[in-house]
Amino acid sequence: MQSDVTSFASLAPAYPELLMAVGAVVVLLLALFWKNVRPGVIAVVAIVLLLATLAVLVLQPASGVLFNGIVIVDGFARYMKALVLGAAAATVMISLSNSKEHGIDKFEYSVLVLLATLGMMIMVSANDLMSLYIGLELQSLALYVVAAMKREDPRAAEAGIKYFVLGALSSGMLLYGASLVYGFTGTTQLDQIVAAITLETRSIGLIFGMVFLLAGIAFKISAVPFHMWTPDVYEGAPTPVTAFFAAAPKVAAMALFIRVTTVSFGPITKDWQQIVIFLSIASMVLASFAAIGQDNLKRLLAYSSIGHVGFALVGLSAGTAVGVEGVAVYMAIYVAMTVGIFACVLALRTEDGRPVETITALAGLAQRKPFVAAIIAILMFSLIGLPPLAGFFAKWQVFLAAVEQNLFVLAVIGVLASAVSAFYYLRIIKVMYFDEPVAKFAAVPGELTAVMAGVGFLIVTYFFTVARPLTDAAHAAAGSLF
Amino acid sequence: MNELLSNYLPILIFVGLAAVIGLALMIAPFVIAYKKPDPEKVSAFEAGFDAFDDARMKFDVRFYLVSILFIVFDLEVALLFPWAVAFREVGWFGFWSVMIFLGVLTIGFIYEWKKGALEWD
Repeated sequence: MQSDVTSFASLAPAYPELLMAVGAVVVLLLALFWKNVRPGVIAVVAIVLLLATLAVLVLQPASGVLFNGIVIVDGFARYMKALVLGAAAATVMISLSNSKEHGIDKFEYSVLVLLATLGMMIMVSANDLMSLYIGLELQSLALYVVAAMKREDPRAAEAGIKYFVLGALSSGMLLYGASLVYGFTGTTQLDQIVAAITLETRSIGLIFGMVFLLAGIAFKISAVPFHMWTPDVYEGAPTPVTAFFAAAPKVAAMALFIRVTTVSFGPITKDWQQIVIFLSIASMVLASFAAIGQDNLKRLLAYSSIGHVGFALVGLSAGTAVGVEGVAVYMAIYVAMTVGIFACVLALRTEDGRPVETITALAGLAQRKPFVAAIIAILMFSLIGLPPLAGFFAKWQVFLAAVEQNLFVLAVIGVLASAVSAFYYLRIIKVMYFDEPVAKFAAVPGELTAVMAGVGFLIVTYFFTVARPLTDAAHAAAGSLF
Repeated sequence: MNELLSNYLPILIFVGLAAVIGLALMIAPFVIAYKKPDPEKVSAFEAGFDAFDDARMKFDVRFYLVSILFIVFDLEVALLFPWAVAFREVGWFGFWSVMIFLGVLTIGFIYEWKKGALEWD
């Protein structure tokens, strides 16, 4: 067998992945042989590695198809990888000050996050059903372990087992779909599958395969009706781990969803469009109503993330470059909001050091900790989608793409679901600002304050600061797929 | 589509036949075998002795770790065999691919050694 890798320079598009793979292994060995090193130091090394990879990715933009066509690096892959790396670095950073109380003060945590991130980068760049699956499994296996890292806590162990069993089920469905797609098109390469499909010759078997494939990926982005694991896993896993779950893997799985639908199944857009519209409506509506009764903050944020996946899928439902651009912008803003809200949750501790995890415990936060309360309030308004905050522009763009394709019903349902979801977001603001304070809160660590201030600033001034460069980048990313 | 499916007809016949024969051999003894149990016949047989204890005993959880670690290297051999047989065809590309794989596996081995997973106590 011949390889298309002739020299080290020909690997240029894969430099970020190579750096990440070698770096993760070096970090592991470093932690093993460095006597009595504190896990926090290894976490800082991991953040440096993530940022270095991000720098290589941004400063050395190289495109191409590698390894006999199983890996593709294009504008879309680079955009999504940058998001994944940024989200991973930010979530490791907000876990630095509180890893001990959450039981993740082990150097394995940082190494597993690095390996999961490598898996996500492969997912985003996958151009073959094989590399798609390898990336997905590398990511998932690392995440199953991370979910159960606080192993003496029964809830964390339950979260890990539940995530593992349902993740294995979804991988099985994905593989079944992949085998059917391969059987009916004769190729596993995503950009060659498209050549084997024409609207006239599409067979029932191929549609079956596509449905199973999409169901498997829908599990990973936790779209309704494949969302059942999300609230339990988010609630049971240690909070910094939940922050990581909610940010980076969703972006990677969404990128995979977009690439599989638009690249491989372009000719049968009408067929997958129905599936995406269903997933989108079901996610938005169910999440809006199910979150109303929650008192646990992490469970509420789980439903919130399900809802946001639904909103992002509105853009993909359009099946156009404008729609994909909307999803790309949406995911960037979603990651920023998720990192911000989890930084706030992690910053809140009662005086005796216990984490605050329920909404009722937030009572009177505005009097005790006005800064944190203000940031949470800004994030809640942004999550609802009120102008002029970033969340509004995210929703604006995906709904615009749907309306352009005459998907009026979808857009109307989306706006109504958004209005329903406002209830539970506003309830948090009401509890913080208008209820009598009950508990005293411990001081907030410096780097969490910095993250909160940064996210708050970007969200408030979104339209004047990052809107232009972000939309341009998303536009170029979407353009590379169509 | 039908042509494709008819290619698999022999497999369908095979599965059906296997199911029938398997079930027949399992059910037949219940129906036609001669049964006359007595206490000696139904008691557990353990090399001439009385049974020492129940077969469903607890065993050390460390066996689990050893077996998991064994599976890793077991699968490694399962990959190396076909690789060695097809060595001429896969060439240098195949050689270096497997070397990278072995390198990653060795790092995993170093990790489990340093963590003390191979120590019994």
